[in-house]
Amino acid sequence: MTLSTQELLDGILEGEHRALARAITKIENRQDGYRDIVSGLYEHTGDADVIGITGSPGAGKSTLVDKVAKAYRDRGLTVGIVAIDPSSPYTGGAVLGDRIRMASNVGDMDVFFRSMSARGSLGGLSTATADAVKALDAFGKDKVIIETVGAGQNEIDIVQAADTVVVLVPPGSGDNVQMLKAGILEIADVFAVNKADMDGADRTVQELEEMVHMDDGHVSVAAGHHGMGVDTEVDMPEKGNESEETIEPWETPVLETVATTGDGVDEFLDTLQAHADWLDDTGQIQAKRRQRTAEEIRTLLREDAGALVEGEIDEHGGVDALAERVLDGETDPYTIADEVLDPVAACLEREN
Amino acid sequence: MSQSQEERSIRCLVAKVGLDGHDRGAHVIARAFRDAGFEVIYSGLHKAPDEIVQAAVQEDVDVIGISILSGAHNTLVPKVIEGLKEYDAFEDTLILVGGVVPDEDKAHLKELGVAEVFGPGTSMEQTIEFVRENAPER
Repeated sequence: MTLSTQELLDGILEGEHRALARAITKIENRQDGYRDIVSGLYEHTGDADVIGITGSPGAGKSTLVDKVAKAYRDRGLTVGIVAIDPSSPYTGGAVLGDRIRMASNVGDMDVFFRSMSARGSLGGLSTATADAVKALDAFGKDKVIIETVGAGQNEIDIVQAADTVVVLVPPGSGDNVQMLKAGILEIADVFAVNKADMDGADRTVQELEEMVHMDDGHVSVAAGHHGMGVDTEVDMPEKGNESEETIEPWETPVLETVATTGDGVDEFLDTLQAHADWLDDTGQIQAKRRQRTAEEIRTLLREDAGALVEGEIDEHGGVDALAERVLDGETDPYTIADEVLDPVAACLEREN
Repeated sequence: MSQSQEERSIRCLVAKVGLDGHDRGAHVIARAFRDAGFEVIYSGLHKAPDEIVQAAVQEDVDVIGISILSGAHNTLVPKVIEGLKEYDAFEDTLILVGGVVPDEDKAHLKELGVAEVFGPGTSMEQTIEFVRENAPER
């Protein structure tokens, strides 16, 4: 039974789970018609809060996501979840095990949980993640949660995909030099020290707080992302008072959670809401979405241009033949790139 | 313009249903499917038929492999199949059963819509080959 693009679109907007699931498959597989689906969904998106949850493997992401989804359901909200697990670099296969942790939401179809393989992507998400999130948003989910691949120090694609980024840090994640490093610790809008009942949790909380407060006064608005903390415990001095450009910075809070018992989940949800409100109040949400959309456009164009270039390469006898010419000492890669692209560039110039 | 670079992957749900705590076989299958290049979603232990249906529908799997070693296949498998029908997901999902199923029950399961029943001694290659050949075209 193959559903047409239009049937899938109608199905999604009418709330059919099967249509949503199938559309996500098409998006993942880059199957014919997937672009029409995403285009068609676009005007129905923008209502969901998109929350990204990242952290090292075994930090408790899935278990926390389960409890968070349950808590949202208790508040009468619907939830969509995309959970990404790594794919094999050898076979492309994957074991997607995040679903096992979803014990609190069994039988509740208003929690739509979808496992995804990273399919070779290195940034902690898969190429299809952003589009799958659009599908869940258009479907009408109030909250969309993205759970990344178990992340190391540098899997930070989530920052492009989510409105609010939560970084889960398990106790004992290293000393304060680790906290100085660039990468994943920079992208958090909220820190959650999960497994807070374990030894060493207090120290981890303290080190994170020190890190957050080290940045006092640096507010990067133009960067489009959050400005790292300013200490609000001493009631933030309102610098440049009343000037309209002043945006009250977001202080990255450090929370404690115990995902297995659900401790701290309510406070966690309230904090997510506070961040969502802050994004709205300061207009940062627009900045964020503009940046995200710009990045999407770039990525799409790069993919399309890449496909066009592939066609050109075939015209020139295929990439293997070209490589052979380089190995034979006839030419070099730069000359070949010019040969292949010059006609394309010439076409574009004529149009101008 | 639509540059289609299709990259399809076979998605499988490896499911344990009912009061059956033996999951070594399911783990071995999950691993073998992964190494065959499939995307495998593992259900975890002690799942109700409803949960398997929910997972199969949301994950939009091509294949469900139900592992049952408890002898309850005649009760549990029909419930899964009924649930799939409810969501229009029965027609294009390949349903496999693995485990200890007496010969006299196999025919009955196949009548219900199970594509194949794999008993003890089935090789991994056999199962993987069967999935590759029979995974539904979509």
